[in-house]
Amino acid sequence: MSRIADAFKNGKAFIPFLTCGDPDIETTEKIIREMVAAGADLIELGIPFSDPTAEGPVIQEANIRGLASHTTTDTVFDLVRRLRADITVPMVFMTYANVVYSYGADRFISTCEQAGIDGLILPDLPYEEKDEFMPLCEKYGVELISLIAPTSEGRISMIAKEAKGFIYIVSSLGVTGVRSSITTDIGSIVSVIRQSTDVPCAVGFGISTPEQAAKMAALSDGAIVGSAIVKIIAKYGRKAPKYVGEYVRSMKDAIR
Amino acid sequence: MSKGRFGVHGGQYIPETLMNAVIELEEAYNHYRNDPDFVRELDELLAEYAGRPSNLYYAKRLTETLGGAKIYLKREDLNHTGSHKINNVLGQALLARKMGKTRLIAETGAGQHGVATATAAALMGMECVVFMGEEDTKRQALNVYRMKLLGADVIPVKSGTATLKDAVSEAMREWTSRIDDTHYCLGSVMGPHPFPTIVRDFQAVISKESREQILKKEGRLPDAVIACVGGGSNAIGSFYNFINDEGVRLIGCEAAGRGIDTFETAATINTGRLGIFHGMKSYFCQNEYGQIAPVYSISAGLDYPGVGPEHAYLHDIGRAEYVAITDDEAVNAFEFLSRTEGIIPAIESAHAVAYAMKLAPTMDKDKIIIVTISGRGDKDCAAIARYKGVEIYE
Repeated sequence: MSRIADAFKNGKAFIPFLTCGDPDIETTEKIIREMVAAGADLIELGIPFSDPTAEGPVIQEANIRGLASHTTTDTVFDLVRRLRADITVPMVFMTYANVVYSYGADRFISTCEQAGIDGLILPDLPYEEKDEFMPLCEKYGVELISLIAPTSEGRISMIAKEAKGFIYIVSSLGVTGVRSSITTDIGSIVSVIRQSTDVPCAVGFGISTPEQAAKMAALSDGAIVGSAIVKIIAKYGRKAPKYVGEYVRSMKDAIR
Repeated sequence: MSKGRFGVHGGQYIPETLMNAVIELEEAYNHYRNDPDFVRELDELLAEYAGRPSNLYYAKRLTETLGGAKIYLKREDLNHTGSHKINNVLGQALLARKMGKTRLIAETGAGQHGVATATAAALMGMECVVFMGEEDTKRQALNVYRMKLLGADVIPVKSGTATLKDAVSEAMREWTSRIDDTHYCLGSVMGPHPFPTIVRDFQAVISKESREQILKKEGRLPDAVIACVGGGSNAIGSFYNFINDEGVRLIGCEAAGRGIDTFETAATINTGRLGIFHGMKSYFCQNEYGQIAPVYSISAGLDYPGVGPEHAYLHDIGRAEYVAITDDEAVNAFEFLSRTEGIIPAIESAHAVAYAMKLAPTMDKDKIIIVTISGRGDKDCAAIARYKGVEIYE
């Protein structure tokens, strides 16, 4: 049983995201420890990229701050090794295909296994291109996470049948960022997925309040929150760990 | 291997949100490319509206001054809107209209593709939004005004280096947020499949004409075809119908900026390495961790860290050569062509002229070179004046 499956055993999963190195790698480590203490079920670690085309302004800024603090793929792997000394919560990377490709796909994915990363979310790697990394992910036991979007009509079963780890349901059109309302019929997407697989589904993009998280988690197996957390980090900088911890606790309590 | 490959290059590395949109586009294109009504309508637009065929002009004074091979200029600068960009835009806008789209979005570097898209949108009664790096809105202020005059919204992009790559990223972000009524009118032979193929096919009219024209004028094929390469749309259009003619050298001119041994360069094939970005696998200027490099060129239209996948492939198989031309060489060629022929080329096209100036004197007088003048240089006069230390006010 993979560590990712464990994330969905504690009721609905709360999955926080942050960009590594924002504002610096030491603070990232403290924030992740606070997230774990506050009940996070799975943690999504963003490796900063120069041109994050799937991100809205909030996470774009976090990527800029991450790169400005000299965060690299290597310093992120070092961070993961330090965390894995005592943390068992599943962790996945969220980054872009070129970060993996440029490092050397075999070297990147084998290092994921060795450092203790359980999965990879690559927003610019759709179903049609997953063979780029899938054989290596299978070789090293790192789950390549599939995404399903509001525009995935006619593709959901095809994607779900081969999904590993969990399925990331993109709640809304557009890029990442806080939204006042989510209008996509998540329930229908989940029911189509359920006809093909039992892999858990978590909803992300646009979720910021406990009410939204509760609503999305009720329709699926969990809620993913990025921009709302990155905003807290942007506001409090090195003092952010405590505030992120409080926020994660309130979100986990809301969906439990 | 997925669709739209040129060797290892190409593919569809885009968010799931866009997949059905590019599949729909591919299906529509495959349907309409062979539809007699569509072909007739596009041919008529190219002839009556864009002014095709463009001249293949024998540059006698340039040839005699350089003292080598005969130089012909393929005059894409004479097209309506002043560049080759209109060839692709008319095709895509017509296709978008057939698909029921009412809104065009586009990225632009120098502003020529933005102007062409705004023009086609005006002609076809479509809404138009153009994304342009804030830095480029400054160096190409005249084109910003032209786009607005044509009824387009111009959105200055402040992220990253605030140049062409950031304009592409922002246009892609916009497309993911509004797909139903919107077609992304991509301006170069780049991005996810089917764009590199669609744009190449629409630009191939350049070499379809120039091949016929040179055979008519000279009774034989040229020895070399030279064009500038940013993403590579005018170059692939200039090369395409000569690819099977082995005796014709195909030479793409990349922007070396301040030199390929400096960080201030945009010469992707000369300095980049294989990567995945903006929907495609190809060569990119990037650091050891795959972070895309903040490239530089005096030419806003060539100031891009990647290159179209078909060029990457033509490079791999050795069918085309890619040379690097510095800012200084391009500016020198810009002035030289203006004085010897009375033709002010776009600073992008001046990169191709600059290489012709190096190559022609090394060739015999019975050899023939075709240089594509992809656009006219009026838009660049203020920037070149500033480069030369002259302050002028537009």
